[in-house]
Amino acid sequence: MSREAVLNGVIALGLLAVPLWAWAADEPFVITLATRVAILALAGVGLNIALGLGGLVSFGHAAFFGIGGYAMGILASHAQSYEPLMEWPVLIEGTRSMPVIWLVAVVASALAALVIGALSLRTSGVYFIMITLAFAQMLYYFTISWPAYGGEDGLSIYLRNSFPGLNTLDPIQFFAICYAILLAALFFTARLAKSPFGLALAAARQNAARVEAVGIRPYRVRLVAFVISAALTGLAGALFADLNRFVSPAMFGWNISGEIMVLVILGGVARLFGPVAGAALFILLENVLGGISEYWQVFLGLLLLGVVLFARGGLVGLIAGREATHD
Amino acid sequence: MSLLELSAVTAFYGPSQALFGVDLAVEEGEVVALMGRNGMGKTTTIRAICRLLPIREGSIRLDGRDIRALPSFRVARMGVGLVPEGRRCFPNLTVEENLLAAARPGEWDMPRVMRLFPALAPRRGQMAASLSGGEQQMLAIGRALMTNPRLLLLDEATEGLAPVVRQEIWAAISRLKSETGLGIVVVDKSLRELRTVADRGVILARGRTVWEGGFDRLDEDLTSRYLGV
Repeated sequence: MSREAVLNGVIALGLLAVPLWAWAADEPFVITLATRVAILALAGVGLNIALGLGGLVSFGHAAFFGIGGYAMGILASHAQSYEPLMEWPVLIEGTRSMPVIWLVAVVASALAALVIGALSLRTSGVYFIMITLAFAQMLYYFTISWPAYGGEDGLSIYLRNSFPGLNTLDPIQFFAICYAILLAALFFTARLAKSPFGLALAAARQNAARVEAVGIRPYRVRLVAFVISAALTGLAGALFADLNRFVSPAMFGWNISGEIMVLVILGGVARLFGPVAGAALFILLENVLGGISEYWQVFLGLLLLGVVLFARGGLVGLIAGREATHD
Repeated sequence: MSLLELSAVTAFYGPSQALFGVDLAVEEGEVVALMGRNGMGKTTTIRAICRLLPIREGSIRLDGRDIRALPSFRVARMGVGLVPEGRRCFPNLTVEENLLAAARPGEWDMPRVMRLFPALAPRRGQMAASLSGGEQQMLAIGRALMTNPRLLLLDEATEGLAPVVRQEIWAAISRLKSETGLGIVVVDKSLRELRTVADRGVILARGRTVWEGGFDRLDEDLTSRYLGV
């Protein structure tokens, strides 16, 4: 077993052990923090497919995080008010069912990514970064001026949505849902990376012309990867909104795109558990350093500089070494 | 109908004309040596066939179908396998991953490539960047074969390799010729090996086809004039 596989196991068990300890010690706040780690890690796992496997520096993943959030907010608010979402041509009512909300979040994010990706992937480099950012900002300003769903104030949901057989208001049970989804996403990503599609994506990142010469269209491979990446980030957005029972235009903000990217870089770009390690470190710093100074992000910036300059494989690369990377 | 047919092909790099009228035909199961001094248009012709370089005039037909307007990935899917000059594997994928990334359904699969190049078998899990030049060349050929081509283009496949490795590559090309129905275009400077392996030769000079025929007709005058040998 490689050092990275052992480290991945330690990270996975650590993320499970902390909330279990908090549950036993009756520390619900710590469980909520661990749930945030799992959700942000899920968003990072999504971004890591585009960024790590595909080399697509998307600075607009907040768009999908926000779409997932609003999918939850809109469906739950209609269920809350007993007003149908749409009456004609078909009756569509709101729902409190988490699986249905997740499905809508994933489909909506994927469709948005199909449109955004189809346009932005015709460019590369700084233009790709700017176009993805521009789409996210467009959605941000759209939701601000969307009074039906709270406009700038956002939407509050009074009760957490439901999952069959579980009490989602119990922090440890909600954590279990998020943790299980994170593990499923990690398993899926690991399989994807080793599949012919994942290899073609990695090859396209290394040299697009060479990939074309073996009969693969890099544009299509990248677009599919971008859509999958967005779907996972959208799912994370729905869970994040459910955690807070609140959704607002801030979920579309450029700082959210930045935060997801920062936690991927901190943990290790293209490393399977990089986003998990990065999210854990991010939340830890936010709470430990945030308690000392309100300018804690200065220290985060210094840490990020250190990682970029001296530890290109991020936290996972620093501990597990660089041999397993495909970057 | 030839497998590949180039007729009066002209091509440019920006404002500079590189091909002035290339004619070339390759039949199924035939090995054609594309020869000429440096800068005469051999690699440019290969790039034009793969649609990595647009052509200005003339036609390129694969199985009778004009492929001028097709993107390079479509040409590859139609059965054109390229082994580019300078090897050019995917350096940060393993040997196995390099082969799987290119795999298309057909007779060529991983075990068959490993049988053709046994030296690759123990290196399956090794990053391509860490292979020797000869192993990288074998991998580049193997990757092209994994696309299950009908036409294989080998651009300077033995350049810069140790003599013993060059012999392995030539032996592999001979096996491809005898065991498959592949059409093969070989660009190389080793006239001695080309005479052994190729069925015919085509000489390019200043971007034009100036001679084509069997090696029994390739006399000293031609070789000294066009190949500098």
